[in-house]
Amino acid sequence: MSAIDELFQRLKSEGKKAFMPFVTAGDPSLDFTAAILKRLDAEGCHLAELGIPYSDPIADGPVIQASYTRSLQGGTKLSSIFSMASEVTAEISMPVVTMVSYAIIYRMGIDEYLQQAIASGISGAIVPDMPVDESDELAAKCKALDFSLIQLITPTTPRDRAVQIANQTTGFIYYVSITGITGERTELPADLADNLRWLRSVTDLPICVGFGISKLEHVEVLKPVADGLIVGSAIVRRIAEATNDQAKDQLVMDDVGGFAQGMLMAING
Amino acid sequence: MTSHFLPEPSPDASLPDEKGRFGEFGGRFVPETLIAALDQLETEYYQSRKDPAFQAELDVLLRDFVGRPSPLYFAKRLTEHCGGAQIWFKREDLNHTGAHKINSTLGQALLTIRMGKKRVIAETGAGQHGVATATACAHFGIPCVIYMGEEDIRRQQPNVQSMKMLGAEICPVTTGSRTLRDAVNQAMRDWMSSVADTHYILGSVVGPHPFPLIVRDYQAVIGRETIRQSQERFGRLPDAVVACVGGGSNAAGMFYPFVAETDVPLVGVEAGGESDQPGRHASSLTFGKPGVLHGSFSYVLQDEDGQTDDVHSASAGLDYPGVGPEHSHWKSTGRVEYRSCRDDEALAAFDLVARNEGILSALETSHAIAKGMEVAKERGKDEVVVICLSGRGDKDAGEIQRLKNEAAARRS
Repeated sequence: MSAIDELFQRLKSEGKKAFMPFVTAGDPSLDFTAAILKRLDAEGCHLAELGIPYSDPIADGPVIQASYTRSLQGGTKLSSIFSMASEVTAEISMPVVTMVSYAIIYRMGIDEYLQQAIASGISGAIVPDMPVDESDELAAKCKALDFSLIQLITPTTPRDRAVQIANQTTGFIYYVSITGITGERTELPADLADNLRWLRSVTDLPICVGFGISKLEHVEVLKPVADGLIVGSAIVRRIAEATNDQAKDQLVMDDVGGFAQGMLMAING
Repeated sequence: MTSHFLPEPSPDASLPDEKGRFGEFGGRFVPETLIAALDQLETEYYQSRKDPAFQAELDVLLRDFVGRPSPLYFAKRLTEHCGGAQIWFKREDLNHTGAHKINSTLGQALLTIRMGKKRVIAETGAGQHGVATATACAHFGIPCVIYMGEEDIRRQQPNVQSMKMLGAEICPVTTGSRTLRDAVNQAMRDWMSSVADTHYILGSVVGPHPFPLIVRDYQAVIGRETIRQSQERFGRLPDAVVACVGGGSNAAGMFYPFVAETDVPLVGVEAGGESDQPGRHASSLTFGKPGVLHGSFSYVLQDEDGQTDDVHSASAGLDYPGVGPEHSHWKSTGRVEYRSCRDDEALAAFDLVARNEGILSALETSHAIAKGMEVAKERGKDEVVVICLSGRGDKDAGEIQRLKNEAAARRS
């Protein structure tokens, strides 16, 4: 059983939901990323998504795009991300998964990527530009290594296809709340809860919802129908204030920590 | 040597397969959000191919609105200058809007209507695809938004003005290198949100399946006409065919009908920029490796981490780090030979054709002409080399003058 399966079993037995923050690796530096991951773990977050910066992200809005650009301009390399992850995952209890473009996995080679990720204590991958139709090889290799391959279902996914995706997914299902790119939204779609209830009826996997989520009101809507909430841009926007200046970065860390506390309270408080 | 007008289909002529693959290349590496729209586009496209009314409407537009067939023109003085094979130009520059791009945008605008979509988006580099999209949308009364990198807006001003006059909204793209690649990213992001009522008229044979198929098929009118015109003029096929390759749409349209004609050598010409150093050229097939960019698996210029390299070309339309997956397939099977042409070679060809033939060729096209002359010099006087004159160069006059001034300043 993978670390992610264990996490959701434990949460289920406790009647709790997962809060899953997203941070970009190397924004503004890998030292900061290591520190913020430890802080988010200390706050009680349940799982972290580590965004591997990519030069051409299609599913991301301006906030996450800009964080990828900052990280790459700072010289972040895949090898140094894995070194940072090795150090951090040894010290924290929440599982870490990478959000990573298939362009990056392919260049490194699927086997090499999985080997390095697993050696760095990473529990799974979300590959936003690899739809289920292209995922056979990666899915088979992940399964053999008990490495979760978290696939995405969106509002535009036909229902028969959603079932097919759920059957290929391990760890949890990433349900994309909106038809669009990442970024904070004021309102979520009116039929979101209904769609999640339907999905719940066809799969036993945990269902976590991301894209657009940032507000306590969103938590109220989603709490009854989801097993976890993923928040990216609202956190990355706060981290964008960090400048590798110790005093200022402590303030950013406290800001992000406070935000995570608030969300955790709303979800499980 | 004689070739058959209706050859046996070669295995390559039936690609892509049902997964959108040309051999190992192609496929769909895009977010799940877009898959339903790509499925719909594929279904409607295949149905439209069998719909005589759809094809008839497109044929009339290509004849009366675009001015097809485009002429096959003997470049007599250029031939004499080179001293080798006869050089003939397939005059796509004489199409309405001045390039081959209109062949695809009219077809895709008809598909937009067929799918019941109400809005169009597109990316553009040189602005030719933007102008052709704005033109098709004005013709049918469809609102359209064109994404264009800030650097390209600067160097292709005449086309920017045309698009505005045609009623298109221009969205400047300020991320990354502010060129074609970033414009594609931004158009894809728009489509992520607008996919329910918007069609993305992609400009080249790149992107996820079925775009490489659809754009190639609409551009294949270039190669079909060239085959017919060659039979009429020469009683046989040409001895070589040359076209420039950025994403590769004019080349794919020219080459595809010739693919089965294995005795006709095909030469694609990439942008060699300033040098072979990474970042200073845009020759994905010559210097790149197979990888993933903009939704398909194809040759791409990337670093060892899979991050897309910066690229350079004097020509905005070739300034792109990827290439259509079918070109990658043709490279791997050896059916097409790809050469790389430097900025200065293309600028010299531009001058030569302007003064010897009275034709201003687009900077993109000038790459094909430079290497087409090379091919002609390698061949005998009774042979025929056809170069796809993919677009006219009026748009480049200002930028060419600026580049010449820069070069003069460096020399002095």
